Amino acid sequence: MPFRPLSVRPPTLCDVTSAAPAAVPPQLNGPSRPAPGPAADEGLARRLRALACTAPLHDLDARKANLAGEFGVYAMAEVALAAIDLVTLTMDFDTGADHEQIVTRLQPRVAAQAPERPHGEHERVARWVLENLINVGSVDRGFRAVYGTFGADGAYVRRDYDFKLIEEVPGPGGTVFLRTTDEAVNVLVGALDTDVTSAQIAAEVKLEVLISRGRLADAQLAAEQARYRTVQYAETLRKTLDATRRNVRAVDWLQAVPDMIAEALDHVADRYRHENAILTNIRKARDEAEDPENKRRAAELVDIVKDCIRRHTQLQSRLLEAGPLFRAEQDRQAFATPTARSGLDLYGQLLAPLLPLPLEQAGRVTDAFFARGTGLRTPASVRVGDLVDMLLTPPAEREHLGAEMPEPDLVETPDDSRFSEEQLAVAMELLALPPDAPRRLSGLLADARRQDPELPYLVALLAVHAASPSVGTAYRQGEPSLLFAVDDGTVLDDPEFGGADLIVGTALLDAAGMAADRQEAT
Amino acid sequence: MTEYAADDMAQPDAPEAPAAPSGSAPVTPADAADAARLIAFGLQPKLQPARDADYAELLRRHRDEPAFARLADAVAAGLGLIVLEVSTRAGMAVTAAEDSVFAVRMGDYARRATADSGDRFLHGLAHLAVAAMAFPRPEDLADDGYIGRITVNGVDAFVRQACRRLEEKAAAQGENTDPATDAPGLEAAWRVYARRSATGATKDARRLAGSTTGIIAKAVAFLVDSGFLQRTGDDAGGAFRTTARYQLQVRDMAGTAAMTELLELGVVPVADGTATLLPPDDADALDLVADAGLPFFENQHSA
Repeated sequence: MPFRPLSVRPPTLCDVTSAAPAAVPPQLNGPSRPAPGPAADEGLARRLRALACTAPLHDLDARKANLAGEFGVYAMAEVALAAIDLVTLTMDFDTGADHEQIVTRLQPRVAAQAPERPHGEHERVARWVLENLINVGSVDRGFRAVYGTFGADGAYVRRDYDFKLIEEVPGPGGTVFLRTTDEAVNVLVGALDTDVTSAQIAAEVKLEVLISRGRLADAQLAAEQARYRTVQYAETLRKTLDATRRNVRAVDWLQAVPDMIAEALDHVADRYRHENAILTNIRKARDEAEDPENKRRAAELVDIVKDCIRRHTQLQSRLLEAGPLFRAEQDRQAFATPTARSGLDLYGQLLAPLLPLPLEQAGRVTDAFFARGTGLRTPASVRVGDLVDMLLTPPAEREHLGAEMPEPDLVETPDDSRFSEEQLAVAMELLALPPDAPRRLSGLLADARRQDPELPYLVALLAVHAASPSVGTAYRQGEPSLLFAVDDGTVLDDPEFGGADLIVGTALLDAAGMAADRQEAT
Repeated sequence: MTEYAADDMAQPDAPEAPAAPSGSAPVTPADAADAARLIAFGLQPKLQPARDADYAELLRRHRDEPAFARLADAVAAGLGLIVLEVSTRAGMAVTAAEDSVFAVRMGDYARRATADSGDRFLHGLAHLAVAAMAFPRPEDLADDGYIGRITVNGVDAFVRQACRRLEEKAAAQGENTDPATDAPGLEAAWRVYARRSATGATKDARRLAGSTTGIIAKAVAFLVDSGFLQRTGDDAGGAFRTTARYQLQVRDMAGTAAMTELLELGVVPVADGTATLLPPDDADALDLVADAGLPFFENQHSA
């Protein structure tokens, strides 16, 4: 159903010019006049920005008077906050909230505000609020507020603060989903500019205290806050993992990412334990509560905490996928044949240095790339005769089956295996270590280098794979032995490779015992 | 094959070639017609030499007969075309010289871009980002056999990630990146991208043209028409793979041109200040480069 905007001024970029911060009147005789400067101003700027985030909500109530019709009875800010709530809660790890679904789920609240009004009007109000939160009318689909600060030189500078409350993100299959931004979550939770992790811990401690004192109404509020924080935390991690997927080199896999993953896993384990404890407590509260109202609230709380646990579990499974993904990408990128020529690093040498430049300078570089990078266009020339024919031709019937598929253009994939069968045989022979004499990777590499300059790469690759040996496969196939590698913390000292000096060895497997086990299992 | 391309680019004296072909046989009108026909094939970038016997035959003549090759190159130069490579894989790979009638102008490409410097930048950046994503490592751009694969949403996510890092960095340094109200040209480029929405619902279920995925999709569709990309699927906003022509265009034309412009601005992405296009040292390079570009530290890095 096509949405007809209510006939008022279209949602424009809302100018939330806070009354120009009149500079503090000079208090010349005051002993402690605050020095205007970036440091003194920073807190003020942060609060001004926080204030600006709430402005679109106030603006809704201010503008409803201009709508065609009598809309005064609706509390628009309330509907807007409910919409942000709904989007945040439906925002999942992979996708966001569906636009139509949010409109539908907003309607009961809108209807409750004016039950005597027709249903169509309720839907229009819900839609109007949601589209205004996205700010559909503006190019950026966002909001801008103007505020002032004092620069380092003491000059007063007006600045633009751009923010979004609900943003539209691409979903699978070309669909569009809604997500609440960090700003919106912060406005909603009311904890501006706080650390995600610590805020979550605080919320949960508060919850426990509340439950122990039997104040369930407040407990529910705290539990909901904990859930918003959980969602926000998952969002932060999702973005980092996405970045890892794109470019192995761009991410520090030696320190930063493993630390990050370990931290996140700790966090998940910690929260999981915590929330399970809370769950047990509330269940008890639910079962023991006398007052039916308290019972109902406790039951709701159980649902909320269960949802938190579900989200943590989802986050954890994502974290566990990160390691294998990195190893696969490393195999592809680091162990391929190096090319003789050096090319231009488009990202590192062009795109990355360009982004921090001022727009005016960056534009010159992108213009140059555009002018030379788009290829050519053959200019079209029109004959009047053709034009008349074209204009008189009736529109072609749409093909029932859609456009014709272009014939796929197949190219032969080159044989890009870097190592030959012979090299593999030599490497395997080198790695056929006696079970009682494991060796260091450094020694193996030195041996390999003496035989063939390419061989160390293959040996290193095999050793790295042995660090995570496929025990399950070996077990199923009844292998008598298995190559493994262990990192004991020694750093590899090698001209070509870096990392850990692995201890590589062969483990004997109890083939007969395993066979017996398999027999039993089947 | 690529050495050949380099030769062709440095051939300013080409126009005089048809007058004095140094071979034994004089140039006949038929030869000139064939040379022009080869250029005409080159002007249809989506045409594959392997699919057209005439095209393949003319390419063979270009390779085997130096006189004919010079004639064809001269015709191209006269039309305002630059020959990038002539080979069976890329065909007659020609591109427009700066002022030629074949050149693409930003104003024709996107109407809004002429009025709004932000839009103009975003359209240019989309093209650069597609190339950077298609050839993520210097080795990939140098390797003739490499075929890059991109998706529209992937390109957007990748640029957004880069912007987010700059944002985090600015936040860590306690910098206020909000631009002054009356000087939009001084706004940091990444902010222009970051604040534009990634996508948006429209009434007719098409992509919102002004959103970043809309802008990237436009760039990609344009590159498909230029014979630079081929569509391989619909995942993640549309999936594409690169052609040999695109690699040549980016490597020999666009990359160098943009690099020159960047160097003129005093931003030298390699630490020692030389303009040689060395691949930077893997992981550290990203940080170094990001710093080098900050206008506040320009003095330390300018050559």
